[in-house]
Amino acid sequence: MKNIILNINKAFDNRVRLGIMSILVVTESADFKRLKELLGVTDGNLASHAKALEKVNYIKIEKQFINRKPNTKYYASELGKQEFKKHINALEKIIKNI
Amino acid sequence: MDSKDYLKDISAIKDLMNKSSKFISLSGLSAVFAGIYSLIGAAYYYFNVQQPSNNNLILTKDIVSSITLIILLVGFATTITTFYFTSIRSKTTNEKTWNSASKNLAISFSTSLYIGILYIAILYFKEEYTYIIALLLLFYGLGLINASKYTTNIVKPLGVIEVIIGLLCIIYPQQSFWFWVVGFGIVHVIYGGIIYYKYDKKEN
Repeated sequence: MKNIILNINKAFDNRVRLGIMSILVVTESADFKRLKELLGVTDGNLASHAKALEKVNYIKIEKQFINRKPNTKYYASELGKQEFKKHINALEKIIKNI
Repeated sequence: MDSKDYLKDISAIKDLMNKSSKFISLSGLSAVFAGIYSLIGAAYYYFNVQQPSNNNLILTKDIVSSITLIILLVGFATTITTFYFTSIRSKTTNEKTWNSASKNLAISFSTSLYIGILYIAILYFKEEYTYIIALLLLFYGLGLINASKYTTNIVKPLGVIEVIIGLLCIIYPQQSFWFWVVGFGIVHVIYGGIIYYKYDKKEN
């Protein structure tokens, strides 16, 4: 059982972080509003979890202005996509072992 | 974390992936109305444009330009109606009308359709009118098949049906009028009705 748990990624141990990654691996990019709308979380909650994912280089954050309004865009990095895939595979293995 | 939590994780992941990449607010009602507009257009053509005495209908330039006008009006009315019902339904589904999923949906649908329309326009200017309706059905169906991956609504079978009707119409182009009635009219009304009662109503 121990080596199955090995591939479970601590960075995805939180529902919001897991959610952010799930969305970003299937869409090219998503902005802050879209993420918030899909996840149903507060601004501060989303921002801090996004920052945590950025810190480990799983996502890229791009800040820009659209019509003078600040707009933050989120992308999944290659590393993030790989790690997410590993995490999903690990989850699958655990469930198969039940 | 025990295994129950992991199962919850998986279902949350699946749900989010679907929600973020697929558009859910297409309304079956827009298909019903598309069908009704097509039938109105067909009826107008049948009673006002076509000469009933003439069994071997020759497509003159006048007739073809009336047909083109009907097609454009039907297309325009359908587009407006689709936007209208989509924006209404997105309120109940709590989805933004214009998000990345609906953008992908619109782009993938219109790419196939517009290529088809260009092709038809070229034929039109070359005064080759025989296959206009057939090609319209064909490319419309291809557009639907192409777009189906971006929506949770079941549009793929509708696309396949339209493609088949389009192909049949190429075999019997002299029956284009009835293929239009069936393909754009009746199929849309029935299909949209089924979708509406099966999905739209359930969520309200």
